Parts: sequence; C-alpha cells; structure tokens
Amino acid sequence: MSEFWGSGLGILIIILAQCLVLTAFVLITLVFLVYGDRKIWAAVQMRRGPNVVGAFGLLQSVADALKYLLKEIVIPAGADRQVFILAPIISFVLALGAWAVIPFADGWVLANLNIGILYVFAISSLEVYGVIMGGWASNSKYAFLGSLRSAAQMISYEVSIGFIIVGVLVTTGSLNLSDIVRAQDGPAGFFSWYWLPHLPMVVLFFVSALAETNRPPFDLPEAESELVAGYQVEYSSTPFLLFMMGEYAAILLMCALMSVLFFGGWLSPIPGLPDGALWMIGKMAVFFFLFAMVKAVVPRYRYDQLMRLGWKVFLPVSLGWVAVSGLFAQYGWLFGIYARWTVGG
Amino acid sequence: MNLVELAFYGFSGLAILAALSVVFARNPVHAVLFLILTFISTAGLFVLLGAEFIAMLLIIVYVGAVAVLFLFVVMMLDVDFAEFKAGMARYIPLGLLIGLVLLMVLGAQFVAWETSPDASALRQTETPDATEVQNSVALGRVIYTRYVFGFQTAGLILLVAMIGAIVLTHRRRRGVKRQDILTQIYRDPDASLELRDVEPGRGLK
Repeated sequence: MSEFWGSGLGILIIILAQCLVLTAFVLITLVFLVYGDRKIWAAVQMRRGPNVVGAFGLLQSVADALKYLLKEIVIPAGADRQVFILAPIISFVLALGAWAVIPFADGWVLANLNIGILYVFAISSLEVYGVIMGGWASNSKYAFLGSLRSAAQMISYEVSIGFIIVGVLVTTGSLNLSDIVRAQDGPAGFFSWYWLPHLPMVVLFFVSALAETNRPPFDLPEAESELVAGYQVEYSSTPFLLFMMGEYAAILLMCALMSVLFFGGWLSPIPGLPDGALWMIGKMAVFFFLFAMVKAVVPRYRYDQLMRLGWKVFLPVSLGWVAVSGLFAQYGWLFGIYARWTVGG
Repeated sequence: MNLVELAFYGFSGLAILAALSVVFARNPVHAVLFLILTFISTAGLFVLLGAEFIAMLLIIVYVGAVAVLFLFVVMMLDVDFAEFKAGMARYIPLGLLIGLVLLMVLGAQFVAWETSPDASALRQTETPDATEVQNSVALGRVIYTRYVFGFQTAGLILLVAMIGAIVLTHRRRRGVKRQDILTQIYRDPDASLELRDVEPGRGLK
C-alpha cells in the first residue's frame, strides 16, 4: 500500500485530497465569517442581527447560500455572455487559489513554494480581473463605472502592499512564508515578532488590506448610496454568490497574511506554550474582528481622498521604510532585529 | 508520459492557442483577455523550467500591471469595426513587410547565428548549482554584486523615461480650481456655517 502512495497517481490523489480539505476548511470558515461579520455589525448598531435560522442564527449564511443557488441566473440582454459568467468564477477561484501557500503550522502547508509571498502577490494582482471583466461584460454604465473605480483602487493599494512586504522580506532574507514565520521565533515570544520592528507598516498594511479588498471605509466601488452595487449590479444568484465568497475569501487571506507577516503565524505569544495551528486560526479571527469593527464604526472615504492617501501618503512612507529597514538590516543596528537572515546574507 | 510532460504540453498548447486567438478574436477586449491567458501559460512554462521567480514576475508585471492598462484602454475606446476593416487593405503591405523582417530576424537567430564555443561555458560560470541555491537568492546575488551598475543604470533609465512621460503630458492650465488639502483639513464649521432662526412666514432675506 505504501508504494502506491509513493507513485505518481498516489501523490496526485494525496494532493487532491489536501486541496479538498483546505478548500472545505476555507469555505466552512467563510460561512461563519459572514455570520460573524453581520453579528458584529449588528451589535455595534445595537441591533440583533441574524437570529432566526438555527441556534443564535448560526445557519443564516447556509440559508442565504441555498437561496442564492436556487434562484434563476439572469444575464442581461446586451451582456457578453462568456465574460459575464467567467468573471465571478475567476474572482472565486483566484481567492481560493492563494490559500495554497499559507502555512497553518510548521509544515502544514499545501505548497511550500520558496517564493510563496510572490505567489500570493501575483494572485492578488490577478484578482482585479474578476472586477474589470464583470463590470465590462454587464454592459451597464453603473457596473462599468463601479468596476473602473474598484480596479483603480485595487491597483493603487497593491503598490504599497508590495513595498510593505519588501520590508519584511529584507528582514527575513527569504520569500518563503514558513521561513518568514520561523524567523520571528525568538525567546521573547510576542515581542520577537515582526510587528515590533515594522510597527508603522502593520498599520499601513491593515489599511491597505481594507482598501485592497474593497471593505468599508474604502467600499467606494459598491457605495450603496451612489453606485447601487458597483460592478455587481447586474449579477444575481450563483454568480453573485461567487463574487461575494471571493471577496470574503480575500479578506480572510489578508487576515492570514497579517498574522504570518507581522504576528508570528503559528507561533505562541507566550514562550513555553506549544505552537500550533490553533494560534494561527485565533490570530486570523482577531484580525477579522478588527476588519468587522472598522466596517461598523468608520465612515466612508471620498474617492479623491482614497487616491491621495494611497499614492501620496502610503506609497512614499512604505518606500522610505524599505530603505530604512534595509539600512538597519545591512549594518545590524538595534541588536540585529532587522537582520534575521537564514539564507544568503 | 509523466505529469511534468503533461503540464508542459498543456501549457505550451494553451499558449499557442491563446496567442492565435489574440490575432483572430473579433472583439478587441476578448483579444486582450486571450493575451493575458498567453502570459499566464508562459508563466507556467517558466515554472516548469525551474525559473519560478521569473514566472511570478511575469504575472505581477505583465498580467497585473501592463495588461490591466491595455484592458482599460481597449474597454474605454469606442472601436468602430466597419471602419477598422475598411482601413485594413491599405495597411496590409506595410504589415506584411514588418512581419517579413521579424521572420528574417527569427530565421537568422535559428539558422545562421554563430556563437563562440566558449559562450555557454562563460554563462555557466555565473550560474550556481540549482540544488544548492534557490533561484531568487542566486539572481539577487548576481544582480546586486557583479552587475549592480548595469542593474542600477537600467532602473535609472526607466525612472528618466517615467519622469519624461509625466513632463510631456503634464500641463498647468490657468483658471482651474485646485483643492488644497491643508485648508480643507483646517476648515471648521465656524468659518462656513451660520445658524439663524427663521420666523414662520417670513423666510430669509
């Protein structure tokens, strides 16, 4: 039996099974994330939120998903059919695909690429296509305007996210996400993680992540009061569901990246306690709570303010930080907390 | 046929099909989308070659930035296909000429190109053993030590080109209202709001 699992077909089956487990994990998490998002939002506004389906309304998202699946798919008459259907699929598949390189614990990673972070960055730079294609194929002015806004916003904030990541890479000396986490392992536990040396960048990354995933206060593409629903106006039923799930998967991915890049991934904050996947999941949950709170309490930005923030504030600051952390890493200043190279050097 | 070969034929077949579709697609937006598919399958080929760093750069730079710009332009343009086709007969000779020149260049490359017998050995002295060093590390070492001046010069040329493009297109127009962010931030309700009691039936003067 053991030689079967070592052969080509066996390895293929194992990889497929791993993919299936990861996908199932992400999708089931998404179901409860949407519920949690709505519950938190409701709590801030002193409402009850979903509380009818299942105990405490826990199954509300399942009911919503079923409803989406059973509705009729409406394709507008002037729409480009192939692109119209393709756009939500691309959105969803890309948002799931990026999970392949996220390490949940030491060795618990589907594809341990040595350029993991570049892979995530490449996938997230592709995600803009779902939005553009969806907006264009709808053949509707509102959808197209919404998609243009959304695409410009995603491209703008990707640049600063890229520079923030470069700062972390300079400190680690590796593009592998597991290596990045291992480099944060230290005797000081919580205080040896990257959030301390890269403190300003944590804030910038969080805000950029909000903008990148079109979350409030940067949800201008959707801006219910002005643009109806942005690029998704013409979408209904399952394609809309795919768009929404893709969006939440991207948000969860950003939470995972936050914890891997700055908050030590699977490492335990208190030295002595065992490390493990539970820490990683707990950290992701904390960051998702922050995402949800921001949605509930912060008013929406104006579009020109958003662009100004991205290009004139975040870009120069993150670029300057790359230079600063590079300098500190090269000369090993501050007890070498900026230079934790495992390879090269 | 093992998995790697299967992936190779899959990616290269996809690349060729997509490249052909770029030329033959009737809708320019579809053509750009096929171009993106070509880029992605080429990136897949790079991964099979073990050059995963270049593959990811290809996706980030070409697909994530350049092609988005293409797509924007093509989507915003209102292309008139009838006019497009009418003009085609006029430009066919020129197009054929350019195609011929490119074909000759390719032909020269494959048929009559002569290299020094030492050339491949010279190139290999720069290449570390792939089993020892990851290719991103190897690339970084070569670019930032031995070829640092060439690399920085290339960056400088790009910077100059970028600034040049901005200077050429940027013009300061008179009579345009501009926003001053600082005055916007420091503006308070006292300066811009006045509260008045309005008596019923009278209105404001």
